[in-house]
Amino acid sequence: MRKALQTTSVLALIGTILPSGLYLLGLISLASCRWTMLAATVAWFAATPLWMGREPRRGQHESAETSQAG
Amino acid sequence: MESRRAMQEEESKTDGEFERQPVPQHALLGFKSFVGMYAGEHCAGTELMIGPLFIAAGVSAFDLLVGLLLGNLLAVLSWMLLTAPIATRARLTLYYQLEQICGRRLVTLYNLANGVMFCFLAGAMITVSATVVGTIVNSHVSGMELQMPQLTDVYPSSPGWMAAVVCVGALISIVAAFGYQSVSRFANIASPWMVLVFLAFGLIAAREFLNSTRTDVDSFRDVWNLANTVIWTGGDPLPGQTKFTFWHVTFFAWFCNMAMHIGMSDLTIFRFARKSRYASATGAGMYVGHFMAWIAASMLFALQLHEQRPDKYMVTLLTDHSAKYAGVAPEALAASPVSSAMIREAMRIENQLVRDGELAAADKAVSVPTPLPGDLANRACGLAGLLCVIIAGWTTANPTIYRAGLAFQAIVPRTSRFTVTLLTGGVATIAGLFPAIAMKLLDFVALYGMVLMPMGAVIFVDFWLIDKLGLQRDYAARGRKTFNWAAGLTWLLTLGLCTLLVKYTAVQEFLSEQGIGLLPANFQGVQIFFVSLPGWFMAAVLYVALSAIYQKNTTTEPRHSRMDAP
Repeated sequence: MRKALQTTSVLALIGTILPSGLYLLGLISLASCRWTMLAATVAWFAATPLWMGREPRRGQHESAETSQAG
Repeated sequence: MESRRAMQEEESKTDGEFERQPVPQHALLGFKSFVGMYAGEHCAGTELMIGPLFIAAGVSAFDLLVGLLLGNLLAVLSWMLLTAPIATRARLTLYYQLEQICGRRLVTLYNLANGVMFCFLAGAMITVSATVVGTIVNSHVSGMELQMPQLTDVYPSSPGWMAAVVCVGALISIVAAFGYQSVSRFANIASPWMVLVFLAFGLIAAREFLNSTRTDVDSFRDVWNLANTVIWTGGDPLPGQTKFTFWHVTFFAWFCNMAMHIGMSDLTIFRFARKSRYASATGAGMYVGHFMAWIAASMLFALQLHEQRPDKYMVTLLTDHSAKYAGVAPEALAASPVSSAMIREAMRIENQLVRDGELAAADKAVSVPTPLPGDLANRACGLAGLLCVIIAGWTTANPTIYRAGLAFQAIVPRTSRFTVTLLTGGVATIAGLFPAIAMKLLDFVALYGMVLMPMGAVIFVDFWLIDKLGLQRDYAARGRKTFNWAAGLTWLLTLGLCTLLVKYTAVQEFLSEQGIGLLPANFQGVQIFFVSLPGWFMAAVLYVALSAIYQKNTTTEPRHSRMDAP
């Protein structure tokens, strides 16, 4: 699940910047560029909070053990 | 720009970790931690005002690009050579280190100054976010027009604008008081996306320039030609702005984070660095936020100027009253992009007409193009751009208000943090009502660095030089002083001298009028963007001289201080 979310975030970042690059090259319209950026923005903020800044499951387990030991 | 620092301070304070002791070996951090921190946090709401204000300051392409390259390099070197070597040796927070040198009461004063500056900075960010409300109302709510502030405005422009600022300010303040941690986490999440939206601003603006000038770019020479003749054209600044040259850009880029490097605030950050060379990580922040983001944001305003045409009123004024434009056909003038020279000439004519009694002062109607981040971002990226402005402004203002609240709370410790943060947010909101702070952000940022710089010089001298000169370091700690007068007077006198240099012409004229010929008339003073460099040396010399006098005249009891540790 985490991997899928991270992949979504990477794709969202690509979706944020790629349209403006394509618009610069004259390959897409400004309207398409804006809509794609908006969709990528929604995807970024939907997927990223679910993994960024959160410990992976195994890591959480390890840190809990460490703190108990400490 | 400020949020990273505020977050780090906050973490340090809430966790209570190593606040009053050196950071231990096991808590040190690697290089990558600092790269991520600086790269994300220097791409913030302030960049959306600073970039456009470079255009308003009439900067040219070479001056901007090379000036930013050099200025940011100097900033990185300042972190590497001034801040980090002390941070990685002492491993103390700025506040604890200052307390050892200056005493608790002087640190309280420093906190007050810092808190006030933070309030104004947060106010500018509230202004930035409120421009989005204006953009949405003006473009999507039929029958309503929110009169936005102009570049030359000092006071609130309209009741609608005031309502927008108060709503945004109240929202940010309440969130800062209630849920700082969640917004801080949200800021980290938004950061990579925000960097890319800034880059997109630049790419889209570049295409728009190519479209509007019908230029084909086949080589670097074509790009450079477009940059020089259409985007960063140089020339006169817009009315009310200071003309920026290469040196202005260089010094601005160097000193805009002066409080953090030369002012030593980032001692608190780099006390966690394994090695002082990790301060090179600040380069990520400088060249992402203070190079790419500023350039991209500046292109948005350059595009607005390029697309804006003089209105009928300005065309009539120029063609009817200006010798310079007398031979130009009104149609040709109406079809050309509005320029600084055109606006200045129209304003000059208006003022002349008012003096001649042909026009009432209240009827003056020449407007100055104003960089409103909401409009600029909406023009380039639509809704994603507007979201970027809201998030950039909000995530910068939020920790800034919180940080200012912490500074004030140190002065009145019995008041709850919630109440102090809310009151601080109120002060920041009042500051945000006055567009002058945001529209004069270049000057304000320079002032912010100047105010906190002398304490950086005090720390530097105390750490490296003072014992070599036969004086005692950490004098407040050793002498159980709550107010080290040598440091306090250094701060005060340096600020006084710097202010005198900045306001030299006005002071000289005032004294001349009183018949006091104390100051030579052929010296023009020093602009605020440059004054902090001589100011630092003044502070260093003053601190040594005043310490020599102060320490000679006060007795100290031998006491263990941080520097006595092996």
